Amino acid sequence: MQHVSPIREPLVTGGKTYHDITEDVCRQVEAKPNARWAAALAVALVGLAIFLWSVYRTLWFGIGEWGLNKTVGWAWDITNFVWWVGIGHAGTLISAILLLFRQKWRTSINRAAEAMTIFAVICAAMFPVLHMGRPWLAYWVLPLPNTFGSLWVNFNSPLLWDVFAISTYFSVSLVFWYIGLIPDFATIRDRATGPIARRAYAFLSFGWTGSAKAWSRYETVSLILAGLATPLVLSVHTIVSMDFATSVIPGWHTTIFPPYFVAGAIFSGFAMVLTLMIITRKVFKLEDYITLEHVESMNKVIILTGSIVGVAYITEFFIAWYSGVEYEQYAFINRATGPYWWAYWAMMTCNVITPQLFWFRSIRRSLTATFIITIFVNIGMWFERFVIIVTSLHRDYLPSSWAMFSPTIVDIGVYVGTIGLFFTLFLLFAKFFPVVNMAEVKSILKSSSEVKHHPHGTMHGTDKDSHTNTHP
Amino acid sequence: MTKKFVLGIYDDEDVLLQAIENVRAAGTNIYEVFSPYPVHGIDDVLGIKRSRLPIVAFFCGLFGTSFALWMQIWMLGFDWPMIIGGKPHISLPAFIPVTFELTVLCAAFGMVITFFIVTKLKPSFKVNVFDKRSTDDKFVMAIEVKEGVTDMSALNNLLRSNGAIEVNEKEVIK
Repeated sequence: MQHVSPIREPLVTGGKTYHDITEDVCRQVEAKPNARWAAALAVALVGLAIFLWSVYRTLWFGIGEWGLNKTVGWAWDITNFVWWVGIGHAGTLISAILLLFRQKWRTSINRAAEAMTIFAVICAAMFPVLHMGRPWLAYWVLPLPNTFGSLWVNFNSPLLWDVFAISTYFSVSLVFWYIGLIPDFATIRDRATGPIARRAYAFLSFGWTGSAKAWSRYETVSLILAGLATPLVLSVHTIVSMDFATSVIPGWHTTIFPPYFVAGAIFSGFAMVLTLMIITRKVFKLEDYITLEHVESMNKVIILTGSIVGVAYITEFFIAWYSGVEYEQYAFINRATGPYWWAYWAMMTCNVITPQLFWFRSIRRSLTATFIITIFVNIGMWFERFVIIVTSLHRDYLPSSWAMFSPTIVDIGVYVGTIGLFFTLFLLFAKFFPVVNMAEVKSILKSSSEVKHHPHGTMHGTDKDSHTNTHP
Repeated sequence: MTKKFVLGIYDDEDVLLQAIENVRAAGTNIYEVFSPYPVHGIDDVLGIKRSRLPIVAFFCGLFGTSFALWMQIWMLGFDWPMIIGGKPHISLPAFIPVTFELTVLCAAFGMVITFFIVTKLKPSFKVNVFDKRSTDDKFVMAIEVKEGVTDMSALNNLLRSNGAIEVNEKEVIK
């Protein structure tokens, strides 16, 4: 039996029983959609429509619809790509890394966070695919035999590594998420009253019965997948950073990029998880499962990773000076004082200064303050990628080719549109899928709930040692 | 062919674990135990051996590593050699990222597909569950009844005296 210290705060409050957990999570799956959900979906669908319109413009008229020019060949597209991939990383961190570290508080947030990962990676993948200009030839990035006498893809290119990294990351995350969903689909299936719901969830549950043997294998599979996903998530953002770091552009060509990008990804991902969870717990009344303890734990991760990102910004500056390379020095002075100074200082304010407020316990435990700060972090991390990409490119070696980047309506449309796509997917998930991993929360209930779970049946004197973990 | 089962219903994991030990000690063979979540320690009392899925994952991963290295070395080194950035045709450091990704991909998918096959998990519209509450809040111990061999009242007493809140009978078409 596991031991949980009595001085720790309980992970599930409100004296829930196993059945209460089932009821609380299944309620929104079984109930008719409420007005707030429908209104939110309507807004998200408007975003999706903007996305479809912008994609149509991009595909029909070509990449010329975007604000790119000869000097700034990467701008909002790759900014958005890195931003979305980074957001996705928190889900894997919560589901895999915190599982390996046996952090039990992850159980009530991992489902929604992993869903966020998958939807964020879908949004991210849109940008490189659209940037190809001819996405119907996207399969050319794969090493397939072809009519050019089998001219193969270039395995030395970080852009190709990205293809393998992102597609592996997406498919492994999807499988990891789905394995966790199977027992919960079985719970919904066994409660379903309508014939469509029963058949649909039976199909999704893969015939899960919850036998001891199946659970034993399930736990093994989860542990090994967590062990595989942990280096995978670190490799993905490392490889994303190599898209920049292996080039010779001043401001990009730095060895600090992989750890700095990974920390930034976790930082922005946790911010997005918090933004979403603060809304989700309120709308679906999950305050007993996603407690202030959870919010505080995530805020601590934000201070840590935010501080790593802050140190990385300062280190970059120091190394630029210390390298003695004038191009490198100019790139950094131009970032802070050049025409894009506002983007640089927006990044510094949002990412380095605002998260430091979480050193105060009252702010860490305030939902309003957390919500506002996480929005700042989301904005700051978008600016970080914009600063890295656009300010490094817009003044290259020849002053005659210096240029500025300004987004077109289609640029803005694709970006705003992916936010619409993301929220459409997330809202559909929140309505039809269990947003909290019921089986995993049930497994921690006995050791870490506020009030001891009293079974209503008769006991036969075997519960003598089960009172040791109760909270008074 | 129909099979008959006696189902002992429990509502606490510690009671269940003790009951499994006592029932097995009494010489009764447990067909299967169903629970709404993974109960820690149940493998030991039921005598479930450690899963060999990690071994499957290892060998699938090993296949991924070898396949990725072979693919890159053959394609860029032998089938159509090209000089890229002045590097050797076979520049192993540059092949590491793709090798790593394919290792993870093969290990994960190989293990998960094996898991689905050995646990007999596949999409189907109809599922036979012994007791529907076992995916909600109850633990179900199923014991197969052999006609003429099993003493029903003794079994009933054994389950109840070990904390079962209900004892039911169920026939399942196999």
